[in-house]
Amino acid sequence: MEEILSLAKKSAQEAEVFLTSFEETPVIFEANRLKQLHTRQGISVALRIVREGRIGFSTTTRLDDKVSLVNRAIEVSQFGTAARFELPYQQVYPQLEIYDPKIEALTIEQMIALGESLIAKVRGHTPALLCDARITKGIVSVRILNSRGGEAGYRRSLFGIGLEGNLIRDTDMLFVGDSDSSCHPIGDIAKVAGSVVNLLELAKRQALISSGRLPVVFTPRGVASAFIAPLALAFNGRVVWQGASPLGDKREVKVFDERLSLWDDATVTYHPRSRPCDDEGVPSQSTPLIEHGVVKGFLYDLQTAGLAGVQSTGNGDRGRGGLPIPSISNLIFKTGAVSFEDMVGDLKEGLVVEQLMGAEQTNVLGGEFSGNVLLGYKVEKGEIVGRVKDTVVSGNIYQVLSKLIEIGREARWVEGAIFTPAFCCSNLTIASKG
Amino acid sequence: MSPNTGGSMLYRDQILDALKGHEADYIEIRLEESEASGIQYRGRELEDLSRSTSLGGNARALVKGGWGFISFNDPGNLGDKVGLAVKQARLVGKDVTRFAPTAPIVDFVEAMVGKDPSSLPLAEKKRLLDEYNEVIWSTPKIETSIVGYSDRRRKVIFANSEGSYIEQKNADLSLRIVAVARDEGDVQQAGLSVGSRGDFTQIEGLHERVRETAQRAVELLSAPKVKGGEYWVVLDPVLAGVFAHEAFGHLSEADFTYENERLREIMVLGRRFGGEHLNIVDDATIPGLRGSYKYDDEGVPATRTYLIKEGVLVGRLHSRETAATMKEPTTGNARAVSYRYPPIVRMTNTFIEPQRVSFEEMIGGIKEGIYVRNWYGGMTSIEMFTFSAGEAHMIRHGKLAELLRPVVLTGNIFTTLKNIDAIGNDLEMNQGGGCGKGGQYPLPVSNGSPHIRIQRCLIGGK
Repeated sequence: MEEILSLAKKSAQEAEVFLTSFEETPVIFEANRLKQLHTRQGISVALRIVREGRIGFSTTTRLDDKVSLVNRAIEVSQFGTAARFELPYQQVYPQLEIYDPKIEALTIEQMIALGESLIAKVRGHTPALLCDARITKGIVSVRILNSRGGEAGYRRSLFGIGLEGNLIRDTDMLFVGDSDSSCHPIGDIAKVAGSVVNLLELAKRQALISSGRLPVVFTPRGVASAFIAPLALAFNGRVVWQGASPLGDKREVKVFDERLSLWDDATVTYHPRSRPCDDEGVPSQSTPLIEHGVVKGFLYDLQTAGLAGVQSTGNGDRGRGGLPIPSISNLIFKTGAVSFEDMVGDLKEGLVVEQLMGAEQTNVLGGEFSGNVLLGYKVEKGEIVGRVKDTVVSGNIYQVLSKLIEIGREARWVEGAIFTPAFCCSNLTIASKG
Repeated sequence: MSPNTGGSMLYRDQILDALKGHEADYIEIRLEESEASGIQYRGRELEDLSRSTSLGGNARALVKGGWGFISFNDPGNLGDKVGLAVKQARLVGKDVTRFAPTAPIVDFVEAMVGKDPSSLPLAEKKRLLDEYNEVIWSTPKIETSIVGYSDRRRKVIFANSEGSYIEQKNADLSLRIVAVARDEGDVQQAGLSVGSRGDFTQIEGLHERVRETAQRAVELLSAPKVKGGEYWVVLDPVLAGVFAHEAFGHLSEADFTYENERLREIMVLGRRFGGEHLNIVDDATIPGLRGSYKYDDEGVPATRTYLIKEGVLVGRLHSRETAATMKEPTTGNARAVSYRYPPIVRMTNTFIEPQRVSFEEMIGGIKEGIYVRNWYGGMTSIEMFTFSAGEAHMIRHGKLAELLRPVVLTGNIFTTLKNIDAIGNDLEMNQGGGCGKGGQYPLPVSNGSPHIRIQRCLIGGK
């Protein structure tokens, strides 16, 4: 890394080397049986330079390729965009626990046993269920060096456990599943197994729903499948700067229900998306996005912050392997006051959405969502009466989240990145063959 | 990528050595060298411009029905890596190996040469994107634009313990253009996606289509939302291609079926899924399409496979393992998006064959319906699927009427294919986008269809 940096400094005013390496071991079960063991090892280096005021960038997985890495970055810088940032000097980073050495000690045999017991537990409830499961452990290392003497790095462990089951009766197919993740090993399968069994129990019967407008309860997984894609775009500083976010000119304006608060926080202890710094070496922080319904802020990386004349929020992310762009880390919703049972119990007629399929494949930039209810239940007189199918739920988050019926008091992590309670929303449009 | 063969010869000896001396039912090694470039604009600002190279590979071993797989960037000590994959497979394998026999092949496949993007200077690529961006920005009421371009040239070396050694070169490029229009808090977007098997000329000269896309984004601001419910719909060739891919293509991938007894009963060959006019084909042998290749990532020759013929299920897509388990012929559909993943069963170029109905006849018979064009995307859970249109128009009394906001359509495999009552005469292949499955995205595929009409299709709306 030092070698690349000093090579780059010869032809550039500023330079930054980002190196990441990982090793990941998934144990994969298919059709109820252990089927595959994988080991994935990888390394990549990214070089960003500022030369004559312009950004150059290149990446490689070949560590023997230093000279051409630098040369490609120089070539790119001739056409590169004007740099609007200065790389960070040495920073003080939050002390953050995200590495558990127990992950390395964990054996493949232990992971196999965990997967087997998870499948056995769920099939104990529904023997005909065909399960795919995945138990994964991994270690990721990141190191960043720049020409201003900035230096950052961390090592993070991760553990994931997930199960997807399908049950076919004649031509009716039911898909259920859940997952959990942590920087610690997860030894207890009860949480994931219990969640899947609950879904199976609720889906035992079927119900019909008619087209029209009804209140809809989104479970935490339902929230993730419907609202997160439009919210992540709307609070992205790059989209805001570009003028494409409906919230861009709404800072300090009340747009959402006053009970709604949301923040981005990369400093949650032992969480797989947490980190002491972002991919540019900017210290991680907690950034308020919505407070009591009022838009408070947006997420920035260095370049976007420079363009917008604000400070980076430490959300520079190289997810696509390219230049950093602003991206969410952990999104956290404030919990409300009502239990899930009461939320459902208060509905005369409504729908519970556990998962919407394809909801984000529409005009998410405008806040729209519209998806097939892959897993959802009809509510009548305060009780879940059965699973609905062949049904589409549509709405716009700027209407739906502006006036909520209730926010749930229990919250959970979904997809390792979103901590959310259930939301009860009024008057959503439902179209059904029912 | 190093264009000289000297590098490959070096790997060849290492690969052949590394395959020797292990006890497994089957072993393969795949090495991949690639070179890529990407250009992305947000608005007038260049957001990302990069060039990358990569070298990586994997070893996969099969023992008693269990797989071991190791992927890496450092190709050193290849024999040890194969040894680890074999050890993993031994830990897993408790059953019997079912793996369809294929003849060993030694071949060297050159990329099909069009206007090769990797030989073009970055400045020329950027100039074309600048022109498109300027077209969008010259459209009144446009708030901003997103223009994303990427190209990749790969050389993949495949060798297995049965004596196959195949080197294949290929190239792929894609372009996505989005125009965003805004009126106060109302934001609307319209997009255009094109791609090509490495021929840059396929994305040149699109200025008029870019202009139409930008104008559509503006028009959407004043378009109404459709009322949700069931409608007669007519799909343009682009969206009908996405429909073929989501509604039936994925269900034809045998890895969903081969270990699922109940799904095997449902997906039994000979079952009727549609009318006699319906033929759906997957074909990796058509020259120049994005899903085409000579050999798949298990070294099996590509084929043309009828999935549905005259409305009846007649075939499905296989890897060597799924073919052997289901006792059906191999089709050469095991594909991996990169060296980080093992090959899984994937589509290539999937399309509905043309019939004779003209577009005028198709909409002529509709009193109230919707004409849907272009795509946002699509997803499937096997039984139910969604596909979303970038553009929609009401059809009233047999004529195209007002523009609508984008719509999401949803269907059910057991009813929607039967509800196709007209298939057009104007087959077109769509080369934009990419397919995702099992975390492997974006895999280059193409899909296509003529215009089709579906009776009673469920649409989300206000």
